[in-house]
Amino acid sequence: MKAGSNLEKVLTAGYFAATGELGPPQSADTAVIEKKAGYLKGNVDAVNITDNQTAVVRMSSMCVAVMLLRLGLEPTMQMTCRDRNRLAIQSDLLGAAALGIKNLLCLTGDHQVFGNHPTAKNVFDLDSMQLLSMVKGLRDDKRFQCGDEVKGTEPRFFIGAAANPFADPFDFRPYRLAKKVKAGADFIQTQIVFNVPKFREFMKRVVDLGAHEQCYILAGVAPIKSFGAARYMATKVPGMDVPDEIVQRMKATPKEKQAAEGIEVCAEVIQQVREIPGVAGVHIMAIEWEESVAEITSKAGLLPRPVV
Amino acid sequence: MIIAEQKPLDEIKSMIADYQKVLILGCGTCVTISFAGGEKEVGTLASALRMSTRLAGQNKEFIEATVQRQCEYEFNEEVADLVKEADVVLSLACGIGVQTMNEQFPEKLTLPGLNTTFLGQPVEQGVWAERCQACGDCVLYTTGGICPIARCSKSLLNGPCGGSQGGKCEINPEVECAWQLIYDRLQALGRLDLMMEVIPAKDWSTSRDGGPRKIVREDLRLTIAEEKQS
Repeated sequence: MKAGSNLEKVLTAGYFAATGELGPPQSADTAVIEKKAGYLKGNVDAVNITDNQTAVVRMSSMCVAVMLLRLGLEPTMQMTCRDRNRLAIQSDLLGAAALGIKNLLCLTGDHQVFGNHPTAKNVFDLDSMQLLSMVKGLRDDKRFQCGDEVKGTEPRFFIGAAANPFADPFDFRPYRLAKKVKAGADFIQTQIVFNVPKFREFMKRVVDLGAHEQCYILAGVAPIKSFGAARYMATKVPGMDVPDEIVQRMKATPKEKQAAEGIEVCAEVIQQVREIPGVAGVHIMAIEWEESVAEITSKAGLLPRPVV
Repeated sequence: MIIAEQKPLDEIKSMIADYQKVLILGCGTCVTISFAGGEKEVGTLASALRMSTRLAGQNKEFIEATVQRQCEYEFNEEVADLVKEADVVLSLACGIGVQTMNEQFPEKLTLPGLNTTFLGQPVEQGVWAERCQACGDCVLYTTGGICPIARCSKSLLNGPCGGSQGGKCEINPEVECAWQLIYDRLQALGRLDLMMEVIPAKDWSTSRDGGPRKIVREDLRLTIAEEKQS
Protein backbone atom coordinates (compact mmCIF):
# COMPACT_ATOMS: atom_id res chain seq x y z
CA MET A 1 0.00 0.00 0.00
CA LYS A 2 1.31 3.39 -0.92
CA ALA A 3 -1.09 5.52 1.06
CA GLY A 4 -3.70 3.01 2.26
CA SER A 5 -6.69 4.96 1.01
CA ASN A 6 -10.04 3.29 0.39
CA LEU A 7 -9.64 3.92 -3.35
CA GLU A 8 -6.23 2.27 -3.36
CA LYS A 9 -7.58 -0.73 -1.42
CA VAL A 10 -10.56 -1.13 -3.76
CA LEU A 11 -8.32 -1.05 -6.83
CA THR A 12 -5.59 -3.31 -5.48
CA ALA A 13 -8.24 -5.82 -4.36
CA GLY A 14 -9.28 -6.00 -8.01
CA TYR A 15 -12.69 -4.36 -7.74
CA PHE A 16 -13.98 -2.16 -10.54
CA ALA A 17 -13.72 1.28 -8.91
CA ALA A 18 -16.19 4.15 -9.02
CA THR A 19 -15.23 7.67 -8.03
CA GLY A 20 -17.34 10.80 -7.93
CA GLU A 21 -16.77 14.50 -8.02
CA LEU A 22 -17.87 17.42 -5.89
CA GLY A 23 -17.45 21.04 -6.92
CA PRO A 24 -16.98 23.31 -3.87
CA PRO A 25 -19.26 26.37 -3.59
CA GLN A 26 -18.35 29.93 -4.52
CA SER A 27 -19.05 30.89 -0.93
CA ALA A 28 -18.29 29.85 2.64
CA ASP A 29 -21.51 27.82 2.72
CA THR A 30 -21.14 24.38 4.33
CA ALA A 31 -24.75 23.24 3.92
CA VAL A 32 -24.37 22.77 0.17
CA ILE A 33 -21.32 20.55 0.71
CA GLU A 34 -23.20 18.40 3.20
CA LYS A 35 -26.08 18.10 0.74
CA LYS A 36 -23.86 17.07 -2.19
CA ALA A 37 -21.89 14.68 0.04
CA GLY A 38 -25.17 13.03 0.99
CA TYR A 39 -25.88 12.25 -2.67
CA LEU A 40 -22.46 10.64 -3.10
CA LYS A 41 -22.04 8.73 0.17
CA GLY A 42 -22.13 4.97 -0.32
CA ASN A 43 -22.32 5.28 -4.11
CA VAL A 44 -18.62 5.86 -4.86
CA ASP A 45 -15.25 4.82 -3.41
CA ALA A 46 -13.77 8.32 -3.28
CA VAL A 47 -14.83 11.83 -4.22
CA ASN A 48 -12.68 14.28 -6.18
CA ILE A 49 -12.77 17.83 -4.84
CA THR A 50 -11.99 20.27 -7.61
CA ASP A 51 -9.39 23.02 -7.16
CA ASN A 52 -10.85 26.31 -8.42
CA GLN A 53 -12.29 24.47 -11.42
CA THR A 54 -12.43 26.42 -14.69
CA ALA A 55 -10.39 29.07 -12.86
CA VAL A 56 -13.36 30.29 -10.85
CA VAL A 57 -12.71 31.04 -7.17
CA ARG A 58 -14.29 28.41 -4.95
CA MET A 59 -13.80 27.07 -1.47
CA SER A 60 -10.38 25.43 -1.11
CA SER A 61 -10.13 21.81 -2.20
CA MET A 62 -8.20 20.89 0.95
CA CYS A 63 -10.80 22.39 3.29
CA VAL A 64 -13.71 20.69 1.54
CA ALA A 65 -11.72 17.42 1.56
CA VAL A 66 -11.41 17.65 5.34
CA MET A 67 -15.16 18.33 5.64
CA LEU A 68 -15.79 15.17 3.60
CA LEU A 69 -13.57 13.14 5.92
CA ARG A 70 -15.69 14.37 8.84
CA LEU A 71 -18.82 13.33 6.95
CA GLY A 72 -17.41 9.84 6.45
CA LEU A 73 -16.50 10.08 2.74
CA GLU A 74 -13.08 9.60 1.26
CA PRO A 75 -11.83 12.66 -0.62
CA THR A 76 -9.43 12.91 -3.53
CA MET A 77 -7.95 16.37 -3.27
CA GLN A 78 -7.23 18.03 -6.60
CA MET A 79 -4.18 20.26 -6.96
CA THR A 80 -3.45 22.45 -9.96
CA CYS A 81 -0.25 24.24 -10.95
CA ARG A 82 -2.04 27.45 -11.94
CA ASP A 83 -2.37 29.09 -8.53
CA ARG A 84 0.56 27.80 -6.49
CA ASN A 85 4.31 27.52 -6.84
CA ARG A 86 6.36 24.59 -5.54
CA LEU A 87 6.60 26.10 -2.05
CA ALA A 88 2.85 26.60 -1.65
CA ILE A 89 2.02 23.18 -3.09
CA GLN A 90 4.42 21.28 -0.83
CA SER A 91 3.28 23.19 2.23
CA ASP A 92 -0.35 22.37 1.39
CA LEU A 93 0.56 18.72 0.84
CA LEU A 94 2.16 18.45 4.28
CA GLY A 95 -1.00 19.90 5.76
CA ALA A 96 -3.32 17.73 3.69
CA ALA A 97 -1.49 14.56 4.70
CA ALA A 98 -1.49 15.61 8.34
CA LEU A 99 -5.27 16.11 8.17
CA GLY A 100 -5.83 12.61 6.79
CA ILE A 101 -6.19 13.19 3.05
CA LYS A 102 -4.78 10.18 1.17
CA ASN A 103 -5.65 10.64 -2.51
CA LEU A 104 -4.27 13.46 -4.63
CA LEU A 105 -5.03 14.28 -8.25
CA CYS A 106 -2.26 16.31 -9.89
CA LEU A 107 -3.34 18.67 -12.67
CA THR A 108 -1.92 21.49 -14.75
CA GLY A 109 -5.11 23.52 -14.34
CA ASP A 110 -7.31 25.49 -16.71
CA HIS A 111 -5.88 28.79 -17.86
CA GLN A 112 -7.24 31.75 -15.89
CA VAL A 113 -8.79 33.35 -18.99
CA PHE A 114 -11.69 30.90 -18.59
CA GLY A 115 -12.57 32.00 -15.09
CA ASN A 116 -13.77 34.99 -13.13
CA HIS A 117 -10.33 36.53 -12.57
CA PRO A 118 -8.90 36.72 -16.09
CA THR A 119 -6.55 39.60 -15.12
CA ALA A 120 -4.75 37.41 -12.54
CA LYS A 121 -1.08 36.47 -12.81
CA ASN A 122 -0.75 32.70 -13.29
CA VAL A 123 1.95 30.58 -11.70
CA PHE A 124 2.73 27.37 -13.64
CA ASP A 125 6.04 27.09 -11.78
CA LEU A 126 5.61 23.34 -12.36
CA ASP A 127 3.53 21.44 -14.88
CA SER A 128 1.41 18.39 -14.02
CA MET A 129 4.26 16.01 -14.89
CA GLN A 130 6.68 17.80 -12.56
CA LEU A 131 4.01 17.99 -9.85
CA LEU A 132 3.64 14.18 -10.05
CA SER A 133 7.41 13.74 -9.69
CA MET A 134 7.46 16.05 -6.70
CA VAL A 135 4.60 14.25 -4.91
CA LYS A 136 6.22 10.87 -5.58
CA GLY A 137 9.57 12.20 -4.35
CA LEU A 138 7.99 13.39 -1.11
CA ARG A 139 6.43 9.98 -0.56
CA ASP A 140 9.01 7.48 -1.83
CA ASP A 141 12.30 9.34 -1.32
CA LYS A 142 11.21 11.51 1.61
CA ARG A 143 12.67 14.47 -0.26
CA PHE A 144 11.31 17.90 -0.97
CA GLN A 145 11.55 19.11 -4.56
CA CYS A 146 14.79 20.96 -3.70
CA GLY A 147 16.35 17.70 -2.49
CA ASP A 148 16.14 18.40 1.25
CA GLU A 149 15.10 15.48 3.38
CA VAL A 150 11.67 15.39 5.01
CA LYS A 151 12.65 14.96 8.65
CA GLY A 152 9.74 13.23 10.30
CA THR A 153 6.54 11.92 8.78
CA GLU A 154 6.48 12.18 5.00
CA PRO A 155 3.23 13.00 3.17
CA ARG A 156 1.93 9.78 1.60
CA PHE A 157 -0.58 10.03 -1.20
CA PHE A 158 -2.16 7.63 -3.66
CA ILE A 159 -1.21 9.75 -6.67
CA GLY A 160 -3.56 10.49 -9.53
CA ALA A 161 -3.22 12.19 -12.87
CA ALA A 162 -5.55 13.18 -15.68
CA ALA A 163 -5.46 12.08 -19.32
CA ASN A 164 -7.48 13.40 -22.23
CA PRO A 165 -7.76 10.75 -24.96
CA PHE A 166 -9.69 13.19 -27.14
CA ALA A 167 -7.16 16.03 -27.24
CA ASP A 168 -4.55 16.41 -29.97
CA PRO A 169 -2.18 15.08 -31.12
CA PHE A 170 -4.08 11.79 -30.66
CA ASP A 171 -1.02 9.65 -31.45
CA PHE A 172 0.91 11.20 -28.57
CA ARG A 173 -1.82 10.84 -25.92
CA PRO A 174 -1.04 7.21 -24.92
CA TYR A 175 2.65 8.14 -24.58
CA ARG A 176 1.73 11.13 -22.46
CA LEU A 177 -0.26 8.85 -20.15
CA ALA A 178 2.76 6.53 -19.93
CA LYS A 179 4.94 9.56 -19.12
CA LYS A 180 2.64 10.46 -16.25
CA VAL A 181 2.95 6.93 -14.88
CA LYS A 182 6.72 7.22 -15.16
CA ALA A 183 6.58 10.56 -13.34
CA GLY A 184 4.62 9.05 -10.44
CA ALA A 185 0.94 8.46 -11.21
CA ASP A 186 -0.64 5.47 -9.46
CA PHE A 187 -4.01 6.06 -11.06
CA ILE A 188 -5.39 7.98 -14.03
CA GLN A 189 -8.77 9.62 -14.45
CA THR A 190 -9.63 10.43 -18.05
CA GLN A 191 -11.60 13.19 -19.68
CA ILE A 192 -15.31 12.37 -20.05
CA VAL A 193 -15.81 9.54 -22.54
CA PHE A 194 -18.77 9.81 -24.92
CA ASN A 195 -16.95 8.57 -28.00
CA VAL A 196 -16.41 4.98 -26.89
CA PRO A 197 -14.81 3.69 -30.15
CA LYS A 198 -12.15 6.40 -30.01
CA PHE A 199 -11.53 5.67 -26.33
CA ARG A 200 -11.23 1.96 -27.16
CA GLU A 201 -8.53 2.75 -29.71
CA PHE A 202 -6.73 4.94 -27.17
CA MET A 203 -6.86 2.16 -24.55
CA LYS A 204 -5.56 -0.38 -27.05
CA ARG A 205 -2.46 1.75 -27.53
CA VAL A 206 -2.11 2.29 -23.76
CA VAL A 207 -2.28 -1.46 -23.22
CA ASP A 208 0.30 -2.01 -26.00
CA LEU A 209 2.64 0.27 -24.04
CA GLY A 210 1.96 -1.78 -20.89
CA ALA A 211 1.01 1.37 -18.95
CA HIS A 212 -2.19 -0.23 -17.62
CA GLU A 213 -0.07 -2.68 -15.62
CA GLN A 214 1.72 0.12 -13.82
CA CYS A 215 -1.32 2.19 -12.90
CA TYR A 216 -5.11 1.99 -12.58
CA ILE A 217 -7.06 3.72 -15.34
CA LEU A 218 -10.49 5.12 -14.51
CA ALA A 219 -12.56 6.20 -17.49
CA GLY A 220 -14.30 9.54 -17.02
CA VAL A 221 -18.05 9.52 -17.57
CA ALA A 222 -20.83 12.06 -17.07
CA PRO A 223 -24.59 12.32 -17.42
CA ILE A 224 -25.92 14.91 -19.89
CA LYS A 225 -28.90 16.82 -18.52
CA SER A 226 -30.51 18.00 -21.76
CA PHE A 227 -30.24 18.26 -25.53
CA GLY A 228 -28.93 21.81 -25.07
CA ALA A 229 -26.18 20.60 -22.76
CA ALA A 230 -25.23 17.87 -25.24
CA ARG A 231 -25.02 20.35 -28.10
CA TYR A 232 -22.99 22.76 -25.96
CA MET A 233 -20.48 20.07 -24.97
CA ALA A 234 -20.23 18.84 -28.55
CA THR A 235 -19.46 22.24 -30.02
CA LYS A 236 -18.20 24.63 -27.35
CA VAL A 237 -16.01 22.73 -24.88
CA PRO A 238 -12.38 22.30 -25.99
CA GLY A 239 -11.06 18.78 -25.64
CA MET A 240 -14.55 17.22 -25.47
CA ASP A 241 -15.76 14.70 -28.05
CA VAL A 242 -19.53 14.10 -28.08
CA PRO A 243 -20.58 11.99 -31.09
CA ASP A 244 -23.52 13.28 -33.11
CA GLU A 245 -25.36 10.03 -32.39
CA ILE A 246 -25.64 10.98 -28.69
CA VAL A 247 -26.64 14.59 -29.51
CA GLN A 248 -29.38 13.29 -31.82
CA ARG A 249 -30.55 10.76 -29.25
CA MET A 250 -31.02 13.56 -26.72
CA LYS A 251 -32.76 15.70 -29.34
CA ALA A 252 -35.21 12.92 -30.16
CA THR A 253 -36.16 12.56 -26.48
CA PRO A 254 -39.07 14.68 -25.17
CA LYS A 255 -37.76 17.55 -23.03
CA GLU A 256 -39.16 16.24 -19.73
CA LYS A 257 -37.47 12.87 -20.28
CA GLN A 258 -34.06 14.16 -21.40
CA ALA A 259 -32.49 14.07 -17.92
CA ALA A 260 -33.50 10.43 -17.50
CA GLU A 261 -32.15 9.66 -20.98
CA GLY A 262 -28.84 11.36 -20.06
CA ILE A 263 -28.53 9.09 -17.03
CA GLU A 264 -29.34 6.08 -19.24
CA VAL A 265 -26.61 7.07 -21.75
CA CYS A 266 -24.11 7.45 -18.90
CA ALA A 267 -24.94 4.00 -17.50
CA GLU A 268 -24.55 2.51 -20.99
CA VAL A 269 -21.15 4.17 -21.45
CA ILE A 270 -20.05 2.75 -18.09
CA GLN A 271 -21.05 -0.76 -19.17
CA GLN A 272 -19.20 -0.34 -22.46
CA VAL A 273 -15.95 1.02 -21.03
CA ARG A 274 -16.01 -1.69 -18.35
CA GLU A 275 -15.47 -4.24 -21.12
CA ILE A 276 -12.40 -2.44 -22.51
CA PRO A 277 -9.10 -4.10 -21.48
CA GLY A 278 -7.06 -1.93 -19.12
CA VAL A 279 -9.99 -0.01 -17.63
CA ALA A 280 -10.00 -0.42 -13.85
CA GLY A 281 -12.93 1.81 -12.96
CA VAL A 282 -14.98 4.87 -13.77
CA HIS A 283 -14.83 8.44 -12.60
CA ILE A 284 -18.34 9.92 -12.60
CA MET A 285 -18.33 13.67 -13.11
CA ALA A 286 -21.88 14.73 -12.30
CA ILE A 287 -20.93 18.29 -11.45
CA GLU A 288 -23.91 20.30 -10.14
CA TRP A 289 -26.01 17.15 -10.63
CA GLU A 290 -24.64 15.03 -7.80
CA GLU A 291 -28.11 13.66 -7.06
CA SER A 292 -27.92 11.63 -10.30
CA VAL A 293 -24.99 9.50 -9.09
CA ALA A 294 -27.06 7.02 -7.08
CA GLU A 295 -29.20 6.22 -10.10
CA ILE A 296 -26.23 6.03 -12.50
CA THR A 297 -24.27 3.63 -10.29
CA SER A 298 -27.38 1.57 -9.64
CA LYS A 299 -28.29 1.31 -13.34
CA ALA A 300 -24.69 0.50 -14.26
CA GLY A 301 -24.60 -2.31 -11.72
CA LEU A 302 -21.92 -0.69 -9.58
CA LEU A 303 -23.77 -0.98 -6.27
CA PRO A 304 -23.20 -1.82 -3.53
CA ARG A 305 -19.66 -0.45 -3.31
CA PRO A 306 -17.15 -2.92 -1.86
CA VAL A 307 -16.07 -2.61 1.75
CA VAL A 308 -12.33 -3.29 1.98
CA MET B 1 13.56 42.25 -31.41
CA ILE B 2 11.57 44.26 -28.89
CA ILE B 3 7.99 44.79 -30.00
CA ALA B 4 5.96 47.71 -28.69
CA GLU B 5 2.79 49.57 -29.48
CA GLN B 6 1.70 53.12 -28.89
CA LYS B 7 -0.39 53.90 -25.82
CA PRO B 8 -3.92 55.21 -26.42
CA LEU B 9 -3.93 58.93 -27.27
CA ASP B 10 -6.10 59.77 -24.26
CA GLU B 11 -3.62 58.16 -21.88
CA ILE B 12 -0.78 60.10 -23.48
CA LYS B 13 -2.78 63.35 -23.26
CA SER B 14 -3.45 62.84 -19.56
CA MET B 15 0.25 62.09 -18.92
CA ILE B 16 1.35 65.36 -20.53
CA ALA B 17 -1.56 67.44 -19.16
CA ASP B 18 0.62 69.43 -16.75
CA TYR B 19 3.40 70.22 -19.21
CA GLN B 20 3.73 72.97 -21.78
CA LYS B 21 6.69 72.06 -23.92
CA VAL B 22 6.96 68.36 -24.78
CA LEU B 23 9.89 66.68 -26.51
CA ILE B 24 8.62 63.62 -28.38
CA LEU B 25 11.65 61.38 -28.69
CA GLY B 26 11.67 58.39 -31.02
CA CYS B 27 14.11 55.52 -31.26
CA GLY B 28 15.66 54.29 -34.50
CA THR B 29 16.08 50.60 -33.65
CA CYS B 30 13.49 47.94 -32.65
CA VAL B 31 10.46 50.22 -32.37
CA THR B 32 11.19 51.76 -35.75
CA ILE B 33 11.07 48.33 -37.37
CA SER B 34 7.84 47.51 -35.50
CA PHE B 35 6.30 50.83 -36.62
CA ALA B 36 5.65 52.01 -33.07
CA GLY B 37 8.23 54.65 -32.20
CA GLY B 38 10.42 55.65 -35.15
CA GLU B 39 10.79 59.03 -36.80
CA LYS B 40 7.56 58.57 -38.77
CA GLU B 41 5.49 57.71 -35.68
CA VAL B 42 7.02 60.66 -33.80
CA GLY B 43 5.74 62.94 -36.61
CA THR B 44 2.28 61.37 -36.66
CA LEU B 45 1.87 61.51 -32.89
CA ALA B 46 3.12 65.12 -32.75
CA SER B 47 0.53 66.17 -35.36
CA ALA B 48 -2.26 64.36 -33.53
CA LEU B 49 -1.30 65.93 -30.20
CA ARG B 50 -0.95 69.42 -31.71
CA MET B 51 -4.39 69.16 -33.24
CA SER B 52 -6.20 67.72 -30.24
CA THR B 53 -4.57 70.00 -27.66
CA ARG B 54 -5.32 73.05 -29.82
CA LEU B 55 -8.95 71.95 -30.13
CA ALA B 56 -9.03 71.65 -26.35
CA GLY B 57 -7.84 75.25 -26.12
CA GLN B 58 -4.41 74.33 -24.78
CA ASN B 59 -1.29 76.08 -25.95
CA LYS B 60 1.27 73.29 -25.96
CA GLU B 61 4.46 73.01 -27.95
CA PHE B 62 5.75 69.71 -29.33
CA ILE B 63 9.37 69.22 -30.39
CA GLU B 64 10.19 66.18 -32.53
CA ALA B 65 13.43 64.19 -32.48
CA THR B 66 14.62 60.62 -32.95
CA VAL B 67 17.89 59.04 -31.82
CA GLN B 68 19.48 55.89 -33.19
CA ARG B 69 19.26 53.87 -29.95
CA GLN B 70 17.61 55.31 -26.88
CA CYS B 71 19.00 52.55 -24.66
CA GLU B 72 22.54 53.93 -24.92
CA TYR B 73 23.84 57.13 -23.36
CA GLU B 74 26.06 58.13 -26.26
CA PHE B 75 23.18 58.33 -28.73
CA ASN B 76 21.00 60.31 -26.33
CA GLU B 77 23.79 62.89 -25.83
CA GLU B 78 22.84 64.25 -29.26
CA VAL B 79 19.51 65.53 -27.91
CA ALA B 80 20.81 66.86 -24.57
CA ASP B 81 20.01 70.46 -25.56
CA LEU B 82 16.47 69.62 -26.65
CA VAL B 83 15.90 67.77 -23.36
CA LYS B 84 17.08 70.84 -21.44
CA GLU B 85 14.70 73.06 -23.37
CA ALA B 86 11.61 70.85 -22.85
CA ASP B 87 9.37 70.62 -19.76
CA VAL B 88 9.00 66.90 -20.21
CA VAL B 89 10.14 64.14 -22.57
CA LEU B 90 7.62 61.77 -24.13
CA SER B 91 9.64 58.76 -25.21
CA LEU B 92 8.55 56.53 -28.05
CA ALA B 93 11.20 53.95 -27.20
CA CYS B 94 10.70 50.68 -25.30
CA GLY B 95 10.78 50.66 -21.51
CA ILE B 96 14.56 50.36 -21.63
CA GLY B 97 14.89 53.60 -23.59
CA VAL B 98 12.50 55.39 -21.21
CA GLN B 99 14.57 54.31 -18.20
CA THR B 100 17.88 55.17 -19.87
CA MET B 101 16.58 58.70 -20.47
CA ASN B 102 15.41 59.05 -16.86
CA GLU B 103 18.82 57.89 -15.58
CA GLN B 104 20.78 60.04 -17.99
CA PHE B 105 18.74 63.21 -17.50
CA PRO B 106 17.58 62.95 -13.87
CA GLU B 107 16.46 66.59 -13.73
CA LYS B 108 13.87 65.92 -16.45
CA LEU B 109 11.02 63.42 -16.37
CA THR B 110 10.75 61.07 -19.36
CA LEU B 111 7.28 59.56 -19.88
CA PRO B 112 6.46 56.31 -21.74
CA GLY B 113 4.51 56.82 -24.97
CA LEU B 114 4.56 53.13 -25.79
CA ASN B 115 3.64 49.88 -24.09
CA THR B 116 6.54 47.47 -24.47
CA THR B 117 4.80 44.24 -25.31
CA PHE B 118 7.18 41.35 -26.02
CA LEU B 119 10.29 39.94 -27.66
CA GLY B 120 9.16 38.74 -31.02
CA GLN B 121 9.24 38.50 -34.72
CA PRO B 122 7.33 40.14 -37.58
CA VAL B 123 5.54 37.07 -38.94
CA GLU B 124 3.91 38.94 -41.81
CA GLN B 125 3.30 42.55 -42.80
CA GLY B 126 1.55 44.16 -39.83
CA VAL B 127 1.67 41.07 -37.60
CA TRP B 128 4.14 40.46 -34.80
CA ALA B 129 4.27 37.42 -32.53
CA GLU B 130 6.05 36.58 -29.29
CA ARG B 131 8.99 34.22 -29.54
CA CYS B 132 11.17 34.55 -26.42
CA GLN B 133 10.67 35.28 -22.73
CA ALA B 134 14.37 35.73 -21.94
CA CYS B 135 14.14 33.01 -19.26
CA GLY B 136 17.92 32.86 -19.11
CA ASP B 137 18.20 29.11 -19.69
CA CYS B 138 17.40 28.27 -23.31
CA VAL B 139 15.61 24.97 -23.94
CA LEU B 140 15.19 25.29 -27.72
CA TYR B 141 17.58 22.37 -28.31
CA THR B 142 15.07 19.99 -26.70
CA THR B 143 11.95 21.34 -28.38
CA GLY B 144 12.79 21.41 -32.06
CA GLY B 145 13.55 25.12 -32.00
CA ILE B 146 10.09 26.19 -30.78
CA CYS B 147 9.90 27.86 -27.37
CA PRO B 148 7.32 26.40 -24.96
CA ILE B 149 8.09 29.04 -22.32
CA ALA B 150 7.06 31.91 -24.60
CA ARG B 151 4.57 30.16 -26.84
CA CYS B 152 2.66 27.72 -24.61
CA SER B 153 0.01 29.66 -22.66
CA LYS B 154 1.00 27.78 -19.51
CA SER B 155 4.76 27.61 -20.26
CA LEU B 156 4.58 23.82 -19.94
CA LEU B 157 7.77 21.83 -20.32
CA ASN B 158 5.90 18.53 -20.66
CA GLY B 159 3.09 19.44 -23.01
CA PRO B 160 0.69 19.36 -24.71
CA CYS B 161 -1.99 19.72 -22.05
CA GLY B 162 -5.52 18.38 -22.49
CA GLY B 163 -6.68 21.64 -24.04
CA SER B 164 -4.86 21.19 -27.36
CA GLN B 165 -7.38 20.74 -30.15
CA GLY B 166 -6.87 20.88 -33.89
CA GLY B 167 -3.48 22.53 -33.40
CA LYS B 168 -4.97 25.36 -31.38
CA CYS B 169 -4.62 26.40 -27.74
CA GLU B 170 -7.56 26.17 -25.35
CA ILE B 171 -7.34 29.85 -24.47
CA ASN B 172 -8.15 31.13 -27.95
CA PRO B 173 -8.63 29.54 -31.39
CA GLU B 174 -6.28 32.23 -32.77
CA VAL B 175 -3.41 30.89 -30.66
CA GLU B 176 -1.39 27.99 -32.00
CA CYS B 177 -0.65 25.16 -29.56
CA ALA B 178 3.12 25.39 -29.12
CA TRP B 179 3.31 21.72 -28.15
CA GLN B 180 1.51 20.63 -31.31
CA LEU B 181 4.10 22.65 -33.24
CA ILE B 182 6.88 21.02 -31.23
CA TYR B 183 5.41 17.56 -31.78
CA ASP B 184 5.10 18.09 -35.53
CA ARG B 185 8.62 19.46 -35.81
CA LEU B 186 10.24 16.70 -33.74
CA GLN B 187 8.32 14.10 -35.71
CA ALA B 188 9.60 15.60 -38.98
CA LEU B 189 13.13 15.57 -37.58
CA GLY B 190 12.76 11.96 -36.37
CA ARG B 191 13.37 13.11 -32.78
CA LEU B 192 10.10 12.30 -30.98
CA ASP B 193 12.27 10.51 -28.42
CA LEU B 194 12.87 13.97 -26.94
CA MET B 195 9.20 14.17 -25.97
CA MET B 196 9.20 10.82 -24.20
CA GLU B 197 11.42 12.04 -21.36
CA VAL B 198 9.93 13.72 -18.29
CA ILE B 199 11.52 17.17 -18.25
CA PRO B 200 12.28 18.06 -14.60
CA ALA B 201 11.12 21.24 -12.87
CA LYS B 202 12.74 24.30 -14.39
CA ASP B 203 15.24 26.45 -12.55
CA TRP B 204 13.44 29.78 -12.79
CA SER B 205 16.20 31.63 -10.93
CA THR B 206 17.78 32.59 -14.24
CA SER B 207 14.50 34.21 -15.20
CA ARG B 208 12.92 37.33 -13.64
CA ASP B 209 12.06 35.16 -10.62
CA GLY B 210 15.69 35.36 -9.52
CA GLY B 211 15.38 39.16 -9.19
CA PRO B 212 16.51 41.86 -11.64
CA ARG B 213 19.19 40.42 -13.87
CA LYS B 214 22.61 41.75 -14.72
CA ILE B 215 25.56 40.41 -16.67
CA VAL B 216 29.11 41.40 -15.74
CA ARG B 217 31.82 40.45 -18.22
CA GLU B 218 35.17 41.03 -16.55
CA ASP B 219 36.96 40.35 -19.83
CA LEU B 220 35.21 43.33 -21.40
CA ARG B 221 35.23 45.79 -18.52
CA LEU B 222 37.53 48.78 -18.77
CA THR B 223 40.27 49.17 -16.19
CA ILE B 224 40.29 52.42 -14.20
CA ALA B 225 43.19 53.65 -16.34
CA GLU B 226 41.33 52.87 -19.55
CA GLU B 227 38.20 54.59 -18.25
CA LYS B 228 40.21 57.73 -17.53
CA GLN B 229 41.65 57.67 -21.03
CA SER B 230 38.26 57.32 -22.67
